[in-house]
Amino acid sequence: MHGVERPISPHWIYRWEITMWLSSLHRITGLLLSFGAVVLAAWLIALASGPDAFATASAIVGALWFKPLLVGWTFCFFFHLANGVRHLTWDAGYGFDPKRIRASGRLVIVVTLLATAAFTYAAII
Amino acid sequence: MSLMTPLNRVLGLGQAKGAAEHWWLQRVTAVALLPLGLWFAYALLTLGGFDYVSVTAWVQRPVTSVLLILLVVAVGYHSALGVQVVVEDYVTGNGSKAATLVASTLAHVGLTIAGVFAVLKIALGS
Repeated sequence: MHGVERPISPHWIYRWEITMWLSSLHRITGLLLSFGAVVLAAWLIALASGPDAFATASAIVGALWFKPLLVGWTFCFFFHLANGVRHLTWDAGYGFDPKRIRASGRLVIVVTLLATAAFTYAAII
Repeated sequence: MSLMTPLNRVLGLGQAKGAAEHWWLQRVTAVALLPLGLWFAYALLTLGGFDYVSVTAWVQRPVTSVLLILLVVAVGYHSALGVQVVVEDYVTGNGSKAATLVASTLAHVGLTIAGVFAVLKIALGS
């Protein structure tokens, strides 16, 4: 067994398909949302610290260079939420057959893009 | 001769360790975050102004305070569990893995307490 290079993950063997993309994306968006949570905590701390600290925080969050980050976190939020519901239905024992697993994946993509676009339009731009 | 039963000797020694509890709490916090997350997004949309007075008045409303604290705690817990899995999967070497897990745990506890304290301070007045 030693000294033999063996494939260790499915993406080395199988053709990439929607289920694998979404699975990776679930993890990546989750990790990015953890960093977003740091910003949320900092924003609350700034608000608790008083008007001056909150003005500084608002200047950063409202700056033009920060907007792509906000849109990115919005995308991560809605994707992780929608795909999370998909995971919970699997945990409950539903939607596992290949046809439905791909259909729910496509639905997650559509919901994520629509929600991200709507939230970006209404609250960020 | 040991007085321990064979079952008790092996409990917790497997690779899974506390996996069942980890798995379950990840789901419980996920279910909690569905309404809390959607509420937070909706609240940001309907807040109106993001100036100091408006945001403070919003956080001070009792329903907002309670929901924000629940959100911060659920996010902190859910994130801690998620990051733990990522670290266990990708950080190699027992030393660096343990160090990263400790750092992640401390950061998550710190951020959660900071968030809860901030909401309480705003809600209860300075």
